[in-house]
Amino acid sequence: MGDIRVMREDLRPPAEPPKRHLIAINDLSRDDVERLLATARTFERSLEREVKKLPTLKGRLVINVFYESSTRTSSSFELAAKRLSADTMSIKASGSSVDKGESLKDTAITLGAYDPDVIVIRHPQIGAPQLVARNTQAHIVNAGDGKNQHPTQALLDLYTMRCEFGHVDGLHVAIVGDVLHSRVARSNIQALTLLGARVTLVGPPSLLPRGIEAMGCEVSTEIEAIAAADVVYILRMQRERMQEGANYVPSLREYTARWGVTPERLRPGQKVMHPGPMNRGVEIDPRVADAADALIETQVRAGLVTRMAVLYDLLTTGPVPVAVVEPLEVA
Amino acid sequence: MLYAKDGRQENLLIRDARVVDPVEGVDATLDVRVDAGTIAQLGTSLDPNGHRIVEGAGLVLAPPFVDPRVDLRVPGRENEEPLASGTRAAAAGGYCAILAMPNTDPVVDSAAVLGALTQDARTEAEVPVGFLAAITKGTDGAELTEMAELALQGAVGFTDDGHPIVAPGLMRRALQYGAVTGRPLALHCEEPTLSRGGHIHEGPVSAELGFGGYPAVAESVMVERDLSLAAYEEQPLHLLHLSARESVDALSRAQAAGVKATGEVTPHHLCRTDEAVRTLDPNLKMNPPLRGERDREALVAALRDGTIAAVATDHAPHARHEKEVPFEAAPFGVTGLETAFAALYTYLVAPGLIPLETLLERMSAGPARIYGLDQPRIAVGAPANLVLLDTSGSWQVTEAGFRSRSVNSWLLGETLRGQVRMTVAAGRVVHEG
Repeated sequence: MGDIRVMREDLRPPAEPPKRHLIAINDLSRDDVERLLATARTFERSLEREVKKLPTLKGRLVINVFYESSTRTSSSFELAAKRLSADTMSIKASGSSVDKGESLKDTAITLGAYDPDVIVIRHPQIGAPQLVARNTQAHIVNAGDGKNQHPTQALLDLYTMRCEFGHVDGLHVAIVGDVLHSRVARSNIQALTLLGARVTLVGPPSLLPRGIEAMGCEVSTEIEAIAAADVVYILRMQRERMQEGANYVPSLREYTARWGVTPERLRPGQKVMHPGPMNRGVEIDPRVADAADALIETQVRAGLVTRMAVLYDLLTTGPVPVAVVEPLEVA
Repeated sequence: MLYAKDGRQENLLIRDARVVDPVEGVDATLDVRVDAGTIAQLGTSLDPNGHRIVEGAGLVLAPPFVDPRVDLRVPGRENEEPLASGTRAAAAGGYCAILAMPNTDPVVDSAAVLGALTQDARTEAEVPVGFLAAITKGTDGAELTEMAELALQGAVGFTDDGHPIVAPGLMRRALQYGAVTGRPLALHCEEPTLSRGGHIHEGPVSAELGFGGYPAVAESVMVERDLSLAAYEEQPLHLLHLSARESVDALSRAQAAGVKATGEVTPHHLCRTDEAVRTLDPNLKMNPPLRGERDREALVAALRDGTIAAVATDHAPHARHEKEVPFEAAPFGVTGLETAFAALYTYLVAPGLIPLETLLERMSAGPARIYGLDQPRIAVGAPANLVLLDTSGSWQVTEAGFRSRSVNSWLLGETLRGQVRMTVAAGRVVHEG
């Protein structure tokens, strides 16, 4: 008989796990993504009920801090938090202490004093979410940092493709347009390749960043390259990001003529996605935007349930237990 | 041309150290006796004769370092680095001389400003400091400064520092007229329309992270232009903080063609690449930016073969709140005086990429030669400039450990090998650790 050994290691209280955030797609494993998509699916079913509010995050505080203008992302985060019964607070840069020159660090400390459970932040500069994470105790959700990442957009896009095709693995997605200035493109390249999709970037040479193929995607400057794709993902021509006189393209007219997505350039049955807001007649022909193969409205709906899943996942752990997904009897 | 405060010159006997002086061709275990600021005797078993004895067994005794590129923040931003803290940091890093850049507020572009600075250095500087003056007034690239008068007032050289001289015609005039000073022009090579909006090196890392790229060609195209002008005018030229492989190639070709061009490189460009920027730590943001591995390898090779003659820390102190912001909002620049030797010993000498003697030469005699300063050397009759190095000692880089007023080091938290045990500058013991 061997000695009976006491496993002292096991008797120690478990160490406090590190705070979980959603800052970049690269921080997620494939399992993490699958879990989030499955959770989103569960929430989608709950939203089919007559009373859509769930008690899941009752008593939790979610603060949305937007340093850049946003309609769909900010409204979708706010509604997602409300659907889960969390308290929400929204702060915009203009009209706040940011106008008075307060630093992001000081703003983070100020908001942290309210003990929020989650801070959702959009900021024009790369790394702003990490800075807030270092200076508060809250879980941080990156709602877009400069040209770097927009992870919830990529998750909702995966969700949309999963709904449409039943799988993402093996899909061929062409991302068309201003990749250089697009955080949506960067998050999507990472998310799509993580799930086994093939990604081709298409656009003017001056808007395809040098070295981007190291992310595991193909690159083409010819619009004909979209023909082979299952999904054509059109990026907005971000005129507000163009530095004056930078001459990335000589004119929007020439861009549209060469890289605009028109019905003539699509195969029947090819699905079209766009993160919004669209510039109709610039990067996307209105006939494409309004066609049955456009999944753009589906994307917006997917945004709500995906963001519900993200908030839920950060504040609990793992998939939604069935019992939790009961409608709240609201007075 | 160098200014420091007066102080007591100690009589020292440093015993049994491995004396390494690449210029004198010495590498032997010796005693070194210092009498009143002068190296008096080298030998074995020297008589202490009442001198203070310093045990050097197991340590390397070398000529101390000369830093050709330091930002002191005087005048204008004394909260970040006054003369006293900057020169204490230099002493702790093993330096016996540093050269300060004119990117101050006001800019060192007149004899009056330079005169005031040299006066302050005489009362505050722990180690001798030299000052470079601006090439153009306000370093705004339009009008030449009164270079002849500035040289008479003690300017070691001329530079517009972080600013390129954009107009080729003005650069040519600076080379032509600057010849009367007998002092070198030192150039920050950056083509602003190519670097505009750039925060990090343009390549796979900037593509993935979404940063505006600052391509290598923004530097090398300017290096090529300035070397062409220097060749045409037959004037010497010094290239500040080179970062790109193409710049090194251009410098090498110009030297082979007979152009009197020199170059310098920083510890961070020798030890790190843009991969490090993935942490988004603003203490990895500097101009020029960290580049790719091929660039880094080219810089190491050029330092080894002498194409690049000098290591410059490019010590750029910044207040904490300036760097506690998102990467894109942070100013360029990192500190380096107190970590240069240890970083280069750890990352280049210990793995065998560069011999110790070569590093010592490039940190001391190399930069001194570029600016026509006396080369620190360990020889009888030479002024007592000595640094005692412990190449086996490890230490951790922490904020609390810095003498510099600022803590924006790219090495925070790292454990480095190589410690400065003692620095003697102009006969004074300015650091012991």
